[in-house]
Amino acid sequence: MTLHIIVLTAFLAFALWAVLARTLIQSTIGLALASASVSIIMFQFDAPWAAVFELSVCTALISVVFVSTISLTNPPPKNEISMLYWDRFKRFAYLPIFLLLGGFLFLTNKIPIDFLAPHIEPEKDFRLVLWNLRHMDLFGQIILLFVGVFGVVVFFKERPKNE
Amino acid sequence: MLSLLLLLPLASVIFLNLPIGKWVRGTALYFALILPIVQISLLLFGNIAPGAIAPFYEKTVKLGLLFDDTSALMLLIIGILVFCSVIVGNFLAESEYSKFKFMNLVILTLLAMNGTVLTSDLFSLYIFIEITAIASFILIAMNKDLFGFEGAFKYVVISTIATLLMLSGIAIVLMVTGESSFSAAKAALQSLDSCHVIKLAIVLFLVGLFLKSGMVPFHGWVPDAYVAAPPAVAILLAGCATKIGGLYSLLRVFDSVFTINFQIQSVLLAVGLISAIIGALGALAQNDMKRLLAYSSISQMGYILLGIGVGTPLGKAGALFHFFNHSILKGLLFTNSSAVENQTKTRDLEKLKGLGSRMPITAVTSVIGSLSTAGIPPLSGFWSKLIILIALWKAGFYTLVLFAALISLLTLSYFLSMQRQLFFGKDSVVWKDVKEADFSLVFPALLLASITVGVGVLFPYIVGSIILPFKGSIL
Repeated sequence: MTLHIIVLTAFLAFALWAVLARTLIQSTIGLALASASVSIIMFQFDAPWAAVFELSVCTALISVVFVSTISLTNPPPKNEISMLYWDRFKRFAYLPIFLLLGGFLFLTNKIPIDFLAPHIEPEKDFRLVLWNLRHMDLFGQIILLFVGVFGVVVFFKERPKNE
Repeated sequence: MLSLLLLLPLASVIFLNLPIGKWVRGTALYFALILPIVQISLLLFGNIAPGAIAPFYEKTVKLGLLFDDTSALMLLIIGILVFCSVIVGNFLAESEYSKFKFMNLVILTLLAMNGTVLTSDLFSLYIFIEITAIASFILIAMNKDLFGFEGAFKYVVISTIATLLMLSGIAIVLMVTGESSFSAAKAALQSLDSCHVIKLAIVLFLVGLFLKSGMVPFHGWVPDAYVAAPPAVAILLAGCATKIGGLYSLLRVFDSVFTINFQIQSVLLAVGLISAIIGALGALAQNDMKRLLAYSSISQMGYILLGIGVGTPLGKAGALFHFFNHSILKGLLFTNSSAVENQTKTRDLEKLKGLGSRMPITAVTSVIGSLSTAGIPPLSGFWSKLIILIALWKAGFYTLVLFAALISLLTLSYFLSMQRQLFFGKDSVVWKDVKEADFSLVFPALLLASITVGVGVLFPYIVGSIILPFKGSIL
């Protein structure tokens, strides 16, 4: 339970950092860490398929696409960065209030924090499940690879000289 | 047979990128045009239901596809809009190289949307929604300009947060039931209605799908993404890509996995109504043609959500019918916007005046699209809105009927104002050299306008066979 709360708190902190960070690269790192925290939560919840794909899709691929995009943009001057930061901070300053409000509602409605959901042990080996039963997901991963490759081609490959 | 809708596009992309010569690149347009035509033909004239004709590979490759009236309608929408987007994109592409990239990405988006519609598994649904989002992100930013990156970045950040929420919901369902396929998860969840963790999963799914759909209060990214996208991409995004990932998935998940109880119904109706109102009010305040259409899209999606929220077969049928109409209409209006922008190099409604006599086909099709969206008879939008209103009335939501009717008046007012300014205002000297747009921009508009008029006029004849599922409950 304690570990659950620590990971959940870390997820919220990383998510807030992603929104409030000074630069896009920090924001991307925050997002990747938030995704990684979610993956840990999923492993804890005995949902390894979800965790693996969360790691591969959200943490890895999306972060790569983000960083690729960021590398194509010019950073603003330093004085602008601090102005933008305060603007953004003011815009999202209410976010922690939502968190507190949610916590308050959670406690006042006496929703049990220690959920006792019916627990089901994974019966099959993950590799067997993936290769024998999850053909659609594998198919999706192949397409995802193509999309990723095209993302890199679109953003980085220069137009042929004869055009 | 059904698996061909996934395998043919994948095979096409692989073929187009084989290192067998530059001539292959030249065929990209034909592949991008033929694939949606094949899809539409199979749906209208072929027998692609599972088990109809099983290709040899289906014995070893089991994709577990789901095909029903709802997925057929969605596949039809995807086919039509991808076809129109390809024609517009082919004309507006800056070079052969960018045309080739665009065609490949559109085929991959078609593939991802087909996968989203055909999957029968929660987890696969997530994967295909994510592929659609990533492909859309690349398409929005493919011109590598500042606005493109800004719109794409906002879209992908919101999309990532939405998928994180959805994935957490899927993880909970997996934890509780040990199943991820729609049917098995639904059966396992029957006895767990009061479980708090399941309620949490439902909330996560709802918020995630509202974010994906761009429903109020999560609508901030929609105008930016649509405005930033290149014209052909805007047709695809506004017409189907964002709606398949958002509203269709919501409909599918709450139809096939969870059940709509009183609390969920209240949330759907409230969010639907607020989106319809805020979207319409937002559209009233816009001077940018594309931004106006984006807000209008939010408003119409609110209507669809109202239909889903009623929870009755009639409401669901109305929502699906409006989904079809809205996709076609947004495709049409964004095509018109592309034509106007291409001829005048602006979308500012303050500057544009009296283009009706100079762009008569664009003007006529745009008026058809606007009137149909506002629900004017006998156009298609009128019938779908009417079905939603009847469903709301029959379910006893009289106040919502009143609000929905008033929002239609608001829709009519902002579209009439846009049309008057664009096409019927005083002829301006500034635009004296403007001519009708190229056939590549006019043809998709004519096609989509014909569908709108045809569906409206022939409504009694095609409603049961092509447009609406659950026909037994309506007719």
